[in-house]
Amino acid sequence: MTTPPNPTNHRFPHRHLLGIEGLSSADISLILDLSEGYVAQNRQADKTRSTLHGRTLINLFFETSTRTRTSFELAGKRLGADVINMTVATSSIKKGETMIDAAVTLNAMRPDVLAVRHPDSGAVSLLSEKINGAVINAGDGSHEHPTQALLDALTIRRRRGRIEGLLVAICGDVLHSRVARSNIHLLNIMGARVRVIAPPTLLPTAIERMGVEVFHDMRKGLEDCDIVMMLRVQTERMQGNLIPSVREYFHFYGLDYDKLGAAKPDALIMHPGPMNRGVEIDSAVADDYGRSVIHEQVEMGVAVRMACLDLLTRDLDGGTD
Amino acid sequence: MAANGKTGQRPMALVNARLLDPASGLDGPGGILVENGAIADFGAHIGADGLDPRFEVVDCGGHCLAPGLVDMRVQLREPGEEHKETIATGSRAAAAGGVTTMVCLPNTAPVIDDIAVVEFIAHRAREVKLVKVFAYGAVTRGAKGADLTEMGLLAEAGVLAFTDGTRAVADAVVMNRALSYASIFDKMIIQHPEEPSLAGGGHMNKGEAATRLGLRGIPPVAEVLMIERDLRLLGAAGGRYHVAHVSTADGVEAVRRGKAQGLAVTCDTAPPYFTLNEGAVGDYRTFAKLSPPLRAESDRAAIVAGLADGTIDAIASDHAPQDQDSKRLPFAQAAFGAVGLETLLPLALGLYHKGALGMLDVIACLTNRPAALLGLPSGRLAAGAAADLVLFDPDHPWRIEEADFYSKSKNAPYDGHPVQGRVERTIVDGRTIFAGRA
Repeated sequence: MTTPPNPTNHRFPHRHLLGIEGLSSADISLILDLSEGYVAQNRQADKTRSTLHGRTLINLFFETSTRTRTSFELAGKRLGADVINMTVATSSIKKGETMIDAAVTLNAMRPDVLAVRHPDSGAVSLLSEKINGAVINAGDGSHEHPTQALLDALTIRRRRGRIEGLLVAICGDVLHSRVARSNIHLLNIMGARVRVIAPPTLLPTAIERMGVEVFHDMRKGLEDCDIVMMLRVQTERMQGNLIPSVREYFHFYGLDYDKLGAAKPDALIMHPGPMNRGVEIDSAVADDYGRSVIHEQVEMGVAVRMACLDLLTRDLDGGTD
Repeated sequence: MAANGKTGQRPMALVNARLLDPASGLDGPGGILVENGAIADFGAHIGADGLDPRFEVVDCGGHCLAPGLVDMRVQLREPGEEHKETIATGSRAAAAGGVTTMVCLPNTAPVIDDIAVVEFIAHRAREVKLVKVFAYGAVTRGAKGADLTEMGLLAEAGVLAFTDGTRAVADAVVMNRALSYASIFDKMIIQHPEEPSLAGGGHMNKGEAATRLGLRGIPPVAEVLMIERDLRLLGAAGGRYHVAHVSTADGVEAVRRGKAQGLAVTCDTAPPYFTLNEGAVGDYRTFAKLSPPLRAESDRAAIVAGLADGTIDAIASDHAPQDQDSKRLPFAQAAFGAVGLETLLPLALGLYHKGALGMLDVIACLTNRPAALLGLPSGRLAAGAAADLVLFDPDHPWRIEEADFYSKSKNAPYDGHPVQGRVERTIVDGRTIFAGRA
């Protein structure tokens, strides 16, 4: 079994990847450096290696997802692992009981890695206590989505050559966003400056204590930004509860060329997908391939997840209790 | 609106006046020159002598000349209830009352929860072309208390603040969101301070009078409860909060404490709450059925004290026209509200005549202070400012006769009530829109 060379001498010190919070800049750099090799591998005709030959990856999703689950599935398969997808409906059964039961049952089947998504914050961490293998948080409630932040970081680093010192604006529904929280952690760890732009109704309490500058005026917030990260806004939050309407939201917080004009002329536009065109982002901006790196983010996602699988299985034994 | 040039209106010299400008503290003899709809110059040096003959000279006879009144709480009933009042009749009533700027509540039909209604009102006001008419936007759609309106778009369309009018924003989550969302646009949330679960179904102040009349009461605690809840939310959510028509001693005290804590809270009251008490209901007089209700005498005295110490920022007419069909009913079925545009100034001047407030303090509550709350430049004398002015004789005694009202509705609890102080001329953008009653 050959593993790609470790570009630094840093050894990944964590058994699971439950969040960005708690990682060091060396941890993050290690994942990003390793991902670079997988980006290259994924661009070849033969995309498959046997790094994880014999290993089992289970994608355990308590919340529907297409792109993240597919991305993990591809990552596992390209590393030669056996991949199982399990989607557990949470609506009909009591969540906590089901999740722990599912974890214990699955653990008995001796999987090596579990990629877990759950609608409740903290649920993936709770589940990881019952698992002998490695657990990757594929998104837990409004808490963290570490692989999304890592793939965003890889996209930025490849385009800009660095993360440190960049000015990044995160715009939209920060209140409900695990993507925002993971990115805020990562960007701060890596030395970027972070702004959040949203109406106060879409910002969680004390968000400024997480190391961001808060803006309610999008043009002011975007001034001099290197990176514009848009967040998806759920339309059910647009019926006069947290924001009055779609048209009002787009008028004040939708990314169009007019507002984008406040950012740096070469500012990158990012979005974790899926996009609501005409709600948080204008179609023309989303499809501006000179500046929008939205599709590149998806490509980086597979490479980053391969790197995570690789790192987390390196020191993993056969799964004895 | 400053169309003097187009209409060929003559410049005007208002001379021999007692100038009142609470914003600068001016109270002294002088005059004002009005040209092109604006104040060209004012002060003690302006007199009839040596004036350019192109000026039309108005001798004020030593009477008070002040910024036109800014009335921050008016119901105009248009669109929707034009049988009670229209923007035209309401504007004539305002002009007769010395009001040059008024802000209407969104409880029209349709409710002012959409920019189209804001534009309709602005359009009608331009046609009527008397006083300046602004609107509040509703906090919630249909003023139903649940879903926020498009506050940003409404603010861009010109609404001055947000309120659900005669209904309280009762849901704490909705109030919390409204305060924080409106703060982006630096607009106040104006609350009708009444906890509906306590007040619902009541018809007059809860107390001895209600008990004797056999009417269900609205307890004073319904007011202070809502104010204190909102002040807690304000402290957490930020934004600006304004209590409309405060009527109880406890309500005033809650605002006083909120201000002392540094919260962004302000409030207004209306003349019934410092001139009358629940006794005015008498023998089921529906014209004295108001919301909030007329309170106990101790509450009335506390409102006067709140005005005197500046806790209460402004006096609004709380003009609420109701037709006969809405008032000639058993008390429990009658509608709430009283007209007030035409009695605002004399009733407020009662505070001065009784020695409770100085003249400039009374005028401040009617001019620069409400204007400042609303973010309007009006309500002050300044060179270059729009010539929105009121000339009044502060001492002239008269009796309020409801039949003489310009308002389409005549429902006031003051018929035959003796007052002092009469509007003699009202000027908007240099144009005389009211020149005294015949």
